[in-house]
Amino acid sequence: MSLPAAACEALEAFAQCPGWEQRARLLLQWSERLEPLGDEERCEAHRVHGCESQVWLLGERQDGRWHFRAGSDARLLRGLLAVLLARVEGLTAEELQAVDLSDWFARLGLSRQLSPSRSNGLNAVLQRMRELAAQG
Amino acid sequence: MSLPSPWRADFPAFAAFGRDCQTYLDSAATAQKPQAVLDALLDYYAGGAANVHRAQHAPGERATLAFEGARAKVAAWLNADSAEQIVFTRSATESINLLAYGLEHLFAAGDQIAVSALEHHANLLPWQQLAQRRGLELVVLPLDAAGDIDLEQAERLIGPRTRLLAVSQLSNVLGRWQPLEALLALARARGALSVVDGAQGVVHGRHDLQALACDFYVFSAHKLYGPDGIGVLYGRPPALERLRHWQFGGEMVQQADYHSARFRPAPLGFEAGTPAIGPAIALGAALDYLDGLDGEAVAAHEAALHARLLAGLRAFDGLQLLAEPHTALASFVVEGVHNADLAQLLGEQGIAVRAGQHCAMPLLRRLGRPGALRVSLGLYSEGDDLERFFAALHHALALLR
Repeated sequence: MSLPAAACEALEAFAQCPGWEQRARLLLQWSERLEPLGDEERCEAHRVHGCESQVWLLGERQDGRWHFRAGSDARLLRGLLAVLLARVEGLTAEELQAVDLSDWFARLGLSRQLSPSRSNGLNAVLQRMRELAAQG
Repeated sequence: MSLPSPWRADFPAFAAFGRDCQTYLDSAATAQKPQAVLDALLDYYAGGAANVHRAQHAPGERATLAFEGARAKVAAWLNADSAEQIVFTRSATESINLLAYGLEHLFAAGDQIAVSALEHHANLLPWQQLAQRRGLELVVLPLDAAGDIDLEQAERLIGPRTRLLAVSQLSNVLGRWQPLEALLALARARGALSVVDGAQGVVHGRHDLQALACDFYVFSAHKLYGPDGIGVLYGRPPALERLRHWQFGGEMVQQADYHSARFRPAPLGFEAGTPAIGPAIALGAALDYLDGLDGEAVAAHEAALHARLLAGLRAFDGLQLLAEPHTALASFVVEGVHNADLAQLLGEQGIAVRAGQHCAMPLLRRLGRPGALRVSLGLYSEGDDLERFFAALHHALALLR
């Protein structure tokens, strides 16, 4: 399965990062790439629970392929959401089920962001994407 | 002045933290253990484990003596009249749950339970759930501007229908000693039982529970430099007598038949199942260790370190303390910066502080904060820990702003 274009870009950028500081700067840059959510979209119905910070997720399907938008009140988490969205952009519901989030974040050098003691809720976000896709 | 801790070397964890470049400033969540505690655990298991109160054999006798010796040490630490007033539980949280079930029979629909607005979930949810089970009213005592339970309002709210008052001694978020004497006097005047959550308070200074005169006091060992898995419930004898048994089995039984049973009084009647024998003995060792320190020197070190913490935090632009803490910890937010972002970047730099809602969601909501960072100190903390934290905070803010 070939990666979406933005995912290749993320891979290239993060793979060259030598340390936490550069990774943090990069995440802050990527956080700007999230499509902004409207006030009315930052609502309870779109909240992803299981995240200590607030996270909202919306998805729509066109020709069988999913496009997600997400937002958070925490900036580094927005960056993590941006690299997650880059990975899943334009996937079918079936492809979404097969995405290996740990592998993706490991390739970006961001594995620690998925450890069980983190409450940033990235796993909950992926779970919610799959639910949305399953509901069609 | 670098404020070194003369007791740091007693805690082997700091050698490990040093190798991993970690700065531990989360002692209000759990404290590191002195070598004496580790030795006590190892000695008990290596010397031959045996169950307590159940056997005539020598290992059983030895275990029982050590276990009951630990109970006596806890009683002495709290200046309780007798070791019979000390029930071992799994944690402070379990102690409060024990109370909420054991006292349930005393409540009738419409009775009130008073808690404060700053309670840790452990001293809120057991009472909230009891109130739901029994149709009681949970009265929440508001805080004043400083972050203390407002005594004027408490006087009005603790009324003739109040059957029980449950409050923290020292707030785990605000770091302020609560006006316990006045609150306990109010409860006494209304004939209400009183429960003090000493989880944070017990760690700082010695507290004389006969002088405090609460009915129940709870704490857990792991914050007091002891092992986890062991908590304490202290009760005044007439209050303990009102408790109904809540967990069944093991040596809490006096006499059992297929269809009926009689149970022991406190403390054994409330220690169903095999207790945490090793951890209880190690808690005793922690108290021995603390007893051997110069309490005034410890208090002076903690106070100097705390003053340094507050002064250092105040030097940051836009940093706001959630309250003016008295001791041990400081919770803060930085204007325009999300606490989760700060926490993540501090973590990247090897700074272990707590971020989030500190098991006190209603309090944070009331303060209008989605979360906060908390730095907390132990007797082994020192000035260099704070310097590393300040440098990391400066660095994180430079990245985020």
